[in-house]
Amino acid sequence: MSLSTTSSASMTMTEKIYAAHSKEKNVRSGDIAIIVPDVVLLNDTSGTITTAQLKLMGVKKIANPDQVVVVTDHFYPPKDITSANSVSMLKNLSRDMGIKHLYDSGRGGIEHALLPEIGLIGPGGLVFGADSHTCTAGALNASGMGFGSTDLAAVLAAGELWVKVPPSIRIELSGKPKPYVTGKDIILSIIGQIGCDGALNTALEFGGSGLGNLNIDERFAIANMAVEAGAETCVFEFDEQVKDYIERSGWNQHSPVYPDHDAQYQSVIHIALDTLQPVLAAPPSPDNCKPLTELLGTKVDQVYIGNCSNGTMTDLRQAASILRNHDVKAEVRLVIVPATNKIYRQASQEGLLDIFARAGAFVSMPTCGACFGGHMGILAAGETAVATTNRNFRGRMGHVDSQVFLANAWVAAAAAVRGEICDPALLILEPQP
Amino acid sequence: MKNVTVHRYGHDINTDLILPGQYLNLYKAEDLKPHCLEGLDPEFTTRVQVGDVVIGGKNFGTGSSREHAPIAIKASGISCVIATSFARIFYRNAINIGLPVFECPELVEHAKMGDIIDVDIASGTFILNGTSFQAQPFPAIIHEILKAGGLVPYISRKTV
Repeated sequence: MSLSTTSSASMTMTEKIYAAHSKEKNVRSGDIAIIVPDVVLLNDTSGTITTAQLKLMGVKKIANPDQVVVVTDHFYPPKDITSANSVSMLKNLSRDMGIKHLYDSGRGGIEHALLPEIGLIGPGGLVFGADSHTCTAGALNASGMGFGSTDLAAVLAAGELWVKVPPSIRIELSGKPKPYVTGKDIILSIIGQIGCDGALNTALEFGGSGLGNLNIDERFAIANMAVEAGAETCVFEFDEQVKDYIERSGWNQHSPVYPDHDAQYQSVIHIALDTLQPVLAAPPSPDNCKPLTELLGTKVDQVYIGNCSNGTMTDLRQAASILRNHDVKAEVRLVIVPATNKIYRQASQEGLLDIFARAGAFVSMPTCGACFGGHMGILAAGETAVATTNRNFRGRMGHVDSQVFLANAWVAAAAAVRGEICDPALLILEPQP
Repeated sequence: MKNVTVHRYGHDINTDLILPGQYLNLYKAEDLKPHCLEGLDPEFTTRVQVGDVVIGGKNFGTGSSREHAPIAIKASGISCVIATSFARIFYRNAINIGLPVFECPELVEHAKMGDIIDVDIASGTFILNGTSFQAQPFPAIIHEILKAGGLVPYISRKTV
């Protein structure tokens, strides 16, 4: 009896997506597979090295220019001459290699928020990105994997790349989150529970009866941080909300995937959403999860609302519900960065940008900005930030002696008003003073 | 390589510590080298000698996919990185640029900052304080890429 003769039954969603994109077709967890991704994603920090490596490889023509999406988002708009040179390198690469999907100069946004929005990723799809947060695509029943620059140079050259198909951990969601508990709190709670290598070299697969209680933005927030538990990728189950989303975005390259009832998981984790409370990740790691109630009163110098996990309309509306009636405390710097141009315009139409500016926030066009310590809100020595971003490593947002607490947008906006970590519920009930 | 120095660090050494984000607009090895491990060990760049070894605990290289991190380590003259385990993207990146990375939990347990070690990259064997340690062998594809000196020469060779 040969194990390889098993049919398509008992497969995880991850195995199905990888098998459908592999040359071998019948691959399973643990197999080395040659994968042809739907999308190859480059940005202005990783893409420079990719461009240099392509040159060293002597590649004059890439395998599939239509497969490639180039987004300038990290040091965007260029903060100095060096960064401008990076953007210029990518524009030249796009021109020389015939890459049409170049999102530059206010037409795009942060890559992982942009890609699903413009219908370039969706159910059953697979994206390789030269950025660790490529796993964000998982929210739409797709699979995204992060790589370094040289791996992506190899994909550009050959149109394919080797990977080891990961085993999956099933996250079974049930119940409905309480008020002020968001996607951010769910993923921070999970990472706090399993640790920053708790999902090392695995895929996280999300489903269960509670999934329908999370909107797509909240699923993006969860999927985005799968890598902070060490996961290679993540996949959410398909449902009506995803169907509605792709009807608007126009994705139609693949059909949805569903887990087989007897799919094999490395482990299963049950999360009762109604038992969760608002949490933050305290420095110096996203797995240092603390209940909001333990951190009340922590003084804050900067608040940052944005990035590829939490710069969505859901986040901006949450922030606005507080800032509508409260000004930012004078000593606090509040930076708000909608994740894409489309989100920026929607927020503008809803009057949110005016609410933010009137409250004393600095509002910017989409950029990765200060999330990775690049620009647009860097911390000085001794400063503390509350941010809706995805990493709070030592020195992540500036000086090595600065601190970042990761939180949802309610908690972040409330901290900007009070100048300290506080319960956002108090500011919603409180009338304008 | 005999009598090289160990630079020993802890668990979960992330790529922000190895190469802080503010330098990600640089990409050439010689430009990244002066900032290697700046967030963790600012004295590293003045202390390091060609052939030295970086040793970390579990989940080495976690976080950002920035290839700038292993490029900076290699440019510093480090002959290999040894850890209990590696984050996936860092591991691939290191192999791809021809920086050998070894999983060897027993060695990690015994190594201290400043220890003197003998290194045999080809066989993955190390001698520390008179004790010999053997790293886990590479899967075939990784072995081939490392033997070629990285993914660029590996691909160039395959396509010639």
